[in-house]
Amino acid sequence: MEKQTQNKKKQNAVGIFFEELSKSTGLVTFLAILTGIILSGLLVAVTTVEVYDAFSVSFWDGIKEIFKAAWATYSSLFIGAFGDPTKIITAFQGGDGLAIRRAINPFFESLVQATPYIFAGLSVALGFRVGLFNIGAEGQLFMGAMTGVFAGYAITGLPAYIHIPVALLAGALGGALWGFVPGFLKAKTGAHEVIITIMMNYIAFKLTDFLINGPMQDPNEYTPKTPWIQESAHLTRFFGDPIRFHLGFFVALGVAFLIYWLLFKTTWGFELRTVGSNPSGARYAGINTTKSTIIAMSLAGSLAGLAGANEVLGLNFRMVPSFSSGYGFDSIALALLGKTHPFGVVLSALLFGFLRNGSRQMQLKSGVPIDIVSILQALILAFIAAPAIIRTIYRLKKPDIEEESIRVSGWGGK
Amino acid sequence: MASLLELKGITKRFPGVLANDRIDLTLEKGEIHALLGENGAGKTTLMNILYGLYSPDEGEIFVNGQKVTINGPTDAIRAGIGMVHQHFMLIPVFTVTENIMLGEEDVKMAGFLDRKKAAEKIKKISDTYKLNVNPNSYVKDLPVGTQQRVEIIKILFREAEILIMDEPSAVLTPQEVDELFKIMRILVDQGKSIIFITHKLREVMECADRITVIRGGKVVGSTTPQEADTKKLAAMMVGREVELKVKKTKAKPGNTALHVENLRVLNAQEQFAVDGVSFEVREGEVLGIAGVQGNGQTELVRALAGLLPPTEGKIEILGKETTKEKPRFISELGSAHIPEDRQKDGLILAFPVSENLVLNSYFHKPFAKGIRLQFNEIAENGKKLVDNFDIRTPSINTPVRNLSGGNQQKVIVAREFSRPIKLLIASQPTRGLDVGSIEYIHERLMKKREEGCAILLISTELDEVIQLSDRIAVMYRGKILDIVNAEDSSKEMLGLLMAGIKPSEEMKQKAKKEEQIILT
Repeated sequence: MEKQTQNKKKQNAVGIFFEELSKSTGLVTFLAILTGIILSGLLVAVTTVEVYDAFSVSFWDGIKEIFKAAWATYSSLFIGAFGDPTKIITAFQGGDGLAIRRAINPFFESLVQATPYIFAGLSVALGFRVGLFNIGAEGQLFMGAMTGVFAGYAITGLPAYIHIPVALLAGALGGALWGFVPGFLKAKTGAHEVIITIMMNYIAFKLTDFLINGPMQDPNEYTPKTPWIQESAHLTRFFGDPIRFHLGFFVALGVAFLIYWLLFKTTWGFELRTVGSNPSGARYAGINTTKSTIIAMSLAGSLAGLAGANEVLGLNFRMVPSFSSGYGFDSIALALLGKTHPFGVVLSALLFGFLRNGSRQMQLKSGVPIDIVSILQALILAFIAAPAIIRTIYRLKKPDIEEESIRVSGWGGK
Repeated sequence: MASLLELKGITKRFPGVLANDRIDLTLEKGEIHALLGENGAGKTTLMNILYGLYSPDEGEIFVNGQKVTINGPTDAIRAGIGMVHQHFMLIPVFTVTENIMLGEEDVKMAGFLDRKKAAEKIKKISDTYKLNVNPNSYVKDLPVGTQQRVEIIKILFREAEILIMDEPSAVLTPQEVDELFKIMRILVDQGKSIIFITHKLREVMECADRITVIRGGKVVGSTTPQEADTKKLAAMMVGREVELKVKKTKAKPGNTALHVENLRVLNAQEQFAVDGVSFEVREGEVLGIAGVQGNGQTELVRALAGLLPPTEGKIEILGKETTKEKPRFISELGSAHIPEDRQKDGLILAFPVSENLVLNSYFHKPFAKGIRLQFNEIAENGKKLVDNFDIRTPSINTPVRNLSGGNQQKVIVAREFSRPIKLLIASQPTRGLDVGSIEYIHERLMKKREEGCAILLISTELDEVIQLSDRIAVMYRGKILDIVNAEDSSKEMLGLLMAGIKPSEEMKQKAKKEEQIILT
């Protein structure tokens, strides 16, 4: 024993610090993002004609041109996502309200883009925690948008502080219904939730299409659109035009905290996590796995539903067909990036929001296609999913204690 | 002449642990050398060093007097050392030949595998050592015992002289173990040498030529089965006197705690795994259920715990009918269940020790107020139980996955025993545990019995059933053949019952007499 303690003491503090640090999985995530950025930069470089021209002049010119190309891409991505620092400074010096708002708009627009990601990411993450693979977030999002927008335009005469919660709740209920069905089928018949949720997606797309083209179409419009929602259902905006930043972002943060609290601080979350981690152990412990599965799927659905309601109540104020561009599908990746933890989901949703918003500016300014951001996201996820690669590249140690792993049954699994 | 294999001063440190501390070991040609020690004593680390999976911090290895450096399994195989792992490394959908060729494929022209040549060699090996393996069978179709022999052939195929066998009996039935020991003897008779890693005393006494006992990473002694006895070996292994016999007072049976009437339960294959079983267990007594694995014990226990609804019959627990009740209702009545498969059913491996200790009481005060979990109380409870039940864990926040098998089982025992229980259903409570843990869990069970708890003990270890039970029921093909008093039974008689043969009255009388002679 004595010998052991001596051995331990010999290690210097810096060594211990790095050892501990290298075991943390947060570091792996950070390095995965960094590696993704570096590789995407290289990809930009090899697809830029100027780089080849410069290489034909001299090797060093080529290298310089690589950095130039990558810098141009990422700086425009950054400016698109956060705003141009020099513009912000001059705007504040000028003191003109509109100029200031324009200058800081990119940052707030990124938060706006991140908001549905937070909701939908939480939906998928919650499913994962209970051992369910919710591919249906996109469909639940459409249903939530549909019921949300309906409550927004059909109910009249309410003050905003009642109408907003009612409309959001309606959105949550619409999504919850779309989550309940696969949850119920899974729990009662063992039908695999992946297949059911995929099918439910199509039903949701077509159903909302039908409703917007028919019963819910605005009679004053020739194209399929729902009526405008009431003023009282608009999610409050905090700044004047052009900043679209609205209440939804804070609702999303609140919901993320609520989900965290439910999952990790209550008996109810304990049951859900137990079912997710070991269903037969949960059954042994007397936990009703059927109930847990149904509740979890419904709740996941309601979160995705909120994502949809948030979009129609906060930004569009009406619903048009195919209004969401894949938030529900991106959120699967996002939930994994966030380690299926509510706070991790918020962080990765912010990252996705910034990337999504910044990429437009990037395409405009440097001509790099938006797809490079998809590649960047894909690379980051690949590295997160395969931490062994990152550990090998950066010579990190394996963590001593395995973290709570998520367990989703495969095809035909029990 | 130099020994076949010599390890000198092997030392291996892991962060915070000295796994091997200057270990010396020699292996002579043609002997079975048993390496005996509890789980975590450092046996497997030592063998992994020998097989090149770890490199030692200090120490030297000699083969036939020549110093060798082993940097990986390839080096080990070149030095004539092969290893049969505890968990087989076979590909189920490949044939025996294909599995054995894997990694050492013989190729014909144009890159085709020469299966025929390999199959012939395997056949020859199988015949020489009487292993009785068909090279063309698919591994998935073979029973576990035969799969193990495939692993042995795999090593012999690579011309190994030294065989390391890591807990080879852990996965085998008693009959297969006997078979294995015969094969090991044939192997050494033909000139091979075996290092046999185990923590089971009986096996060492039965088949080893020499025994080296390891404790806490150090060699504590070497002996032979002729010089040693199980008691002495157990003491060497654990480091103190071990009570192999359980102290048992006379039973004071009280009220009926569990009453089962004509119970029939279907298994997953829609057959009656439990077929008309009736018995009762009283407070303060242990009813043991003996039987060969797979005769309906698993389904019986699952039905009693509410995990598998019975098709017919009646279950009464503590005076309430529970035939169709859910697990939560049954456990809340004051019944506890130590499940057969602790990792699958009894624990949430990814959860910390403290949360596993409240797995079926988390919703009760003081662990929860309303729906809010009280983590302070859960931690307090965890600390208390870890102390009381001597659970060896770095902290109460360590995931149970990182605990040894014995300590995992202690977590379950601690959790179930800390609840106010009147009935305990213990299914294979000591399977796969080392001597120290077995002794501990037996003691705890007996204490519970003295406190007036009714215990239903299901075990495939006949010795365990005989030692702990007051009455013994033998299950065979879903039926209880007979229930006998433990004092009136003998091992032979129970053995016959387990094989489905009902002994005559005459034999029972004889057994009783024999027992009395032994007692007096």
